[in-house]
Amino acid sequence: MILGIASGKGGTGKTTVACNLAAALECSVVLADCDVEEPNAHLFLKPHWDVVTPITLDVPVVDAQKCTLCGACQDLCQFKAIAVLPETVLTFHELCHSCGGCALVCPAEAISWGSRQIGERRTGRRGPIRVVNGTLRIGEAMAPPLIGAVRQAAADIPNCAVVLVDAPPGTSCPVVASLWGVDYVVLVTEPTPFGLNDLALAVAAVKKMGIPCGLVVNRCDVGDDRIHTFAHGENLPILLEIPFDRKVAEQYAQGHLLVDVFPEWKTMMQGLYKAVVRELERASSGASPKEWGAAPETREVSA
Amino acid sequence: MKEFVVISGKGGTGKTSLVAAFAALAGKVVLCDADVDAADLHLVTRPRIVETHDFVSGHEAKIDPERCTQCGLCRQRCRFGAIDEAFRVEPLLCEGCGVCAHVCPERAVKFLEKTCGVWYVSNTVYGPMVHARLGIAEENSGKLVTLVRREARRLAESRRMDLILTDGPPGVGCPVIASIGNADAVLAVAEPTVSGRHDMERVLALANHFRVPAAVCVNKCDLHPQGAHEIAEEARKRGAPFLGFIPFDPLVTRSQVDGRSLVEYGETLVVRSIQKVWEGLQALLEENADGALEPFEDTPMAWDRAQA
Repeated sequence: MILGIASGKGGTGKTTVACNLAAALECSVVLADCDVEEPNAHLFLKPHWDVVTPITLDVPVVDAQKCTLCGACQDLCQFKAIAVLPETVLTFHELCHSCGGCALVCPAEAISWGSRQIGERRTGRRGPIRVVNGTLRIGEAMAPPLIGAVRQAAADIPNCAVVLVDAPPGTSCPVVASLWGVDYVVLVTEPTPFGLNDLALAVAAVKKMGIPCGLVVNRCDVGDDRIHTFAHGENLPILLEIPFDRKVAEQYAQGHLLVDVFPEWKTMMQGLYKAVVRELERASSGASPKEWGAAPETREVSA
Repeated sequence: MKEFVVISGKGGTGKTSLVAAFAALAGKVVLCDADVDAADLHLVTRPRIVETHDFVSGHEAKIDPERCTQCGLCRQRCRFGAIDEAFRVEPLLCEGCGVCAHVCPERAVKFLEKTCGVWYVSNTVYGPMVHARLGIAEENSGKLVTLVRREARRLAESRRMDLILTDGPPGVGCPVIASIGNADAVLAVAEPTVSGRHDMERVLALANHFRVPAAVCVNKCDLHPQGAHEIAEEARKRGAPFLGFIPFDPLVTRSQVDGRSLVEYGETLVVRSIQKVWEGLQALLEENADGALEPFEDTPMAWDRAQA
């Protein structure tokens, strides 16, 4: 199963849920950290890295000898990555989407492919957990191809029961690249106006991708009941509620895995996984979605 | 005219609440919400929308089934896997490169301009505000960011206002790059956690890469005081002025629920801390005007490698 963990808004606890879920599941699991702009999962899982792979994009290289300055490549390029001047051709590799169009239209066959590094992908392990992440080069705008490379590496790991995909915040290209093809999305949110605003956007994006989703309400006691009202209206199951706990926040701040410090977190994360499995079974059996208002799997976290 | 941008590496650090508080402290400013992916500033500034515009950017391919002979050239050439078995274009995967339209021998691919979102000009009690809403799962957020910043600048010029306060997006990618170029200063808001420190270092490296002066403050500092001090130390070591610690306070959430700026709740510790950061920031903008403040030196990738 490929399980996405997303949130619309940052700082709601995606990485906390993803890392602790990975550590609580007693099966072979891959955690793919797709927040390549700010990868954080490794700070908590502290994996031993085995392989570091530079990830590159194809970019056009123009052979000035062959180029007739006809301008066909510039006309085709939608991203302004190539400019034909009276005496030369300029390429702007950081704008290039590697669509291949310029080489395709060049009548003089003057364009060949070079490569440009956009970041690095790392794979490693912590006990039975395999970890894959990507680190976008600073100043680099093209996150989706690196995210694709992280997803690919996660998919290539054999004999793996569960792939957890930790998605970046927002609803645009990086999120689509992260969640494309996952079986279920857990949206981590908090019951504040910012939380709800961004959750509504995330739910719309996940629905547009046609993926079933459910909610984890983090810091469920800090705001009001707006998330519940929304979940009811959208017919979304609330899979887990986690109250705010200063001790938990402090342990997180220091980079500790919560399942290691608080045994009840392990039960809670396993409960979350079971709830997801139940939702998927329900969906495949064609039954109606879980009745809203049923008690979430687990809740109380004693300090 | 000056523009300063509040960024954070990661979301949820309190950027938007801070921007709203700064706006209240500043009096008259032009507000700009550059987090077009998940805009929140409107939730605490109570804007009255006065202008609404479509954001049209890029193209999207569409195959006309009447003309398509399913020859397969487009699928073969599409590098994004956006054309399915039935020769339909999946909009979420289409990058709008136009290769399919170019190769189609039947001219069956329509290559249409795309509306990707909406942008607004509003009035708030703190001054005018430019904000936007990117369409769900749309591309070109960087371009929309560039647009809202340009409109904010235009507004500031026409109304003779000399300060633009911009609420930036999280991360270090495309939208953030679009948010900080040519800004007079950025403030990086960090949380005192291991991830907060990691993110702060990457965001400072980004500011340095684009040669924009950056300062740092730590929000929710009492959740991990030692971590907060380490971040302050790290910022100073990198030549980024450290502007202060802001404590964790449930009042911040409360103000969101009420839809009001923090400053309206009177002289609490959290408000006084924000005030101090704001004063530091003003001093920084002044200094910068005299060219006294230089972007700091840093080697971004080296640090990340060391972490591995």
